[in-house]
Amino acid sequence: MTPPAPAEPRILRPVGPLVISIENVTKLYVMGDETIHALRGVSLEIRRNEYLAIMGPSGSGKSTLMNMLGCLDTPTSGKYEFNGQDVASMVDDELADIRNREIGFVFQTFNLLARSDALKNVELPLIYAGVPPQERRERARETLESVGLANRIHHRPNELSGGQRQRVAIARALVNRPSIILADEPTGNLDSKTGVEIMALFEELYERGNTLIVVTHEESIARHARRIVRLHDGLIDSDGPVD
Amino acid sequence: MGKLLYELTESVRIALAQIRANKMRSALTALGVIIGIVAVTLMGTAIRGIDIGFDRSLAMLGDDVMYVQKWPWGNVDDWWNYVNRPPLKPEDAVALNRIIEGTVNSQLSIGVFDDARSTTVKAGGASVSGVYVAGANADYGRILIADFQEGRLYNETESDSARQVCVLGYDVAQALFPGRSPLGSTVIVQGQPFTVIGVLVRQGSFLGLFSFDNQMLMPLGAFRKFFGIRNDNTELQVKIKDKNRLEEAKEELIGDMRRVRGLLPGERDNFSVNEGQAFKQQLDPIKQGIAFAGLFVTGLSLFVGAIGIMNITFVSVRERTKEIGTRKALGARRRTILLQFLIEAVSICAAGGVVGLALTYGMCMAVKTAMPNFPLEFSVSLVVTSMFVAIATGVISGFVPALGASRLDPVVALRYE
Repeated sequence: MTPPAPAEPRILRPVGPLVISIENVTKLYVMGDETIHALRGVSLEIRRNEYLAIMGPSGSGKSTLMNMLGCLDTPTSGKYEFNGQDVASMVDDELADIRNREIGFVFQTFNLLARSDALKNVELPLIYAGVPPQERRERARETLESVGLANRIHHRPNELSGGQRQRVAIARALVNRPSIILADEPTGNLDSKTGVEIMALFEELYERGNTLIVVTHEESIARHARRIVRLHDGLIDSDGPVD
Repeated sequence: MGKLLYELTESVRIALAQIRANKMRSALTALGVIIGIVAVTLMGTAIRGIDIGFDRSLAMLGDDVMYVQKWPWGNVDDWWNYVNRPPLKPEDAVALNRIIEGTVNSQLSIGVFDDARSTTVKAGGASVSGVYVAGANADYGRILIADFQEGRLYNETESDSARQVCVLGYDVAQALFPGRSPLGSTVIVQGQPFTVIGVLVRQGSFLGLFSFDNQMLMPLGAFRKFFGIRNDNTELQVKIKDKNRLEEAKEELIGDMRRVRGLLPGERDNFSVNEGQAFKQQLDPIKQGIAFAGLFVTGLSLFVGAIGIMNITFVSVRERTKEIGTRKALGARRRTILLQFLIEAVSICAAGGVVGLALTYGMCMAVKTAMPNFPLEFSVSLVVTSMFVAIATGVISGFVPALGASRLDPVVALRYE
């Protein structure tokens, strides 16, 4: 089921400047009269050109950390800086702008718009960025070509295989040239062969100079990365390079 | 600025795609709006129609003519104060005209006495009953509003010598002389022959109560000779010089009539000065009442349509919660999501408005063809108003669900299945 870990030695790119800096972040959820400490004080630094995997069993705070990193959520306490900007104190629309410019999301369930073709799906972040139509279409087309979908541009999601759908989603994540690509279980809904293909694409993206963060609970997926952060009970258990 | 434009275009595209994808649902929702718009616009055309019919009727009375009569127009509760008033007499007109001539800068031009009776008019084998026969002298020509279709009014000589000549209203002429000119023919009134010397153009009826085409004019002398002097339906028609100074003219006329009647200061008027404007003022509140009640009731059906829109927008937001989450993750701001759903609601409403207006237009045309006199009036301002109402309905009823969508927490929305 799970794609095998890569065997051959891989390129390790030199890391660049600091992109994400998290310091002693906590997150509390109040559910009825119960308070859940999803994160109990997490500190993390991510630099440009890193390929990072975040691992942990369910309930470890993995999803919460991902939402935080993706600027979908703000911490209860602690510091979060994204390219030097203080994210922790941002309001909804400011977060939306950060997500639009700086973060490319890849979801487990692809989350493509069913009634739009591949091109329209990839164009979407550019619409929110205010890119004019002509440029939008060109960039979306180029990005689709770069993930190997040159001949699927006008196909709708239901006319594409799972792997192709995830490629469209990856193109959508790449199209606005974000600082980081944030992938949540990107192979979770794919068969193992297709999963290998997607992880190979990620490897390619990394080599092209993208910063990747993959959230997963599968060791074999995590081992594609260059660095693994393991969470347990809302705390970082370990953080180090893949041996 | 470009950004908002792109977002708007995108929103319209999404809304149209959404409507296309849910044709049945959108059509049913729009149906509610269509029914509401049809009801409201039909009511609107009816109200405007009543207005126009009313104005047309008032114009027949003449906006530069006042009527001195025994009774005021409209209902009176204290009839005993009026019943013993003296009737208007020809001498009153003579005296009034003398005063008018003697007044410097008078606002009045002339007063003409007339008497009228309802009777049967015959010609050859045909007869028309209930014709409103009026007798007045040749001065009446200066007051008469209607044009002549053919012929003329009797002149002073004919009038003074009580010649048996007459002018027919349009309907009377049509009934007695179908398809041919009545000029020179003889009609029988009260057993007496009258020669037709003129026919008036068609004027229509006053509020559907009294037809100006069902009348006949003859010299006062001839009228009194055959109908007698009963003075129970007499009046003075007084023409004013400037219809924009109606109030002044009315003041003057009341003063003049008090002199004619020899009333002392403190004595109450024993005549009424009636005119169309006052009539209108009296009827305006009734008209407004009808309009208000009508619009309220029809507005309720539009309200039901609005609830349908709100409901469908709620459903749409619920169905697409995950999509909203995705869009937010990709950088959609609150405004973008709000616009997307508002535009969807407004599109359905606007479509409903257009269809509703088209239906109303069709109905108006059908009614106009079937019953030309039925007061319905379709207008540009009605189109503008009802489209505005339709769009406002969309905005108002779509707003709450759309706002809810725009405020969704992206984390929660993304997790929604």
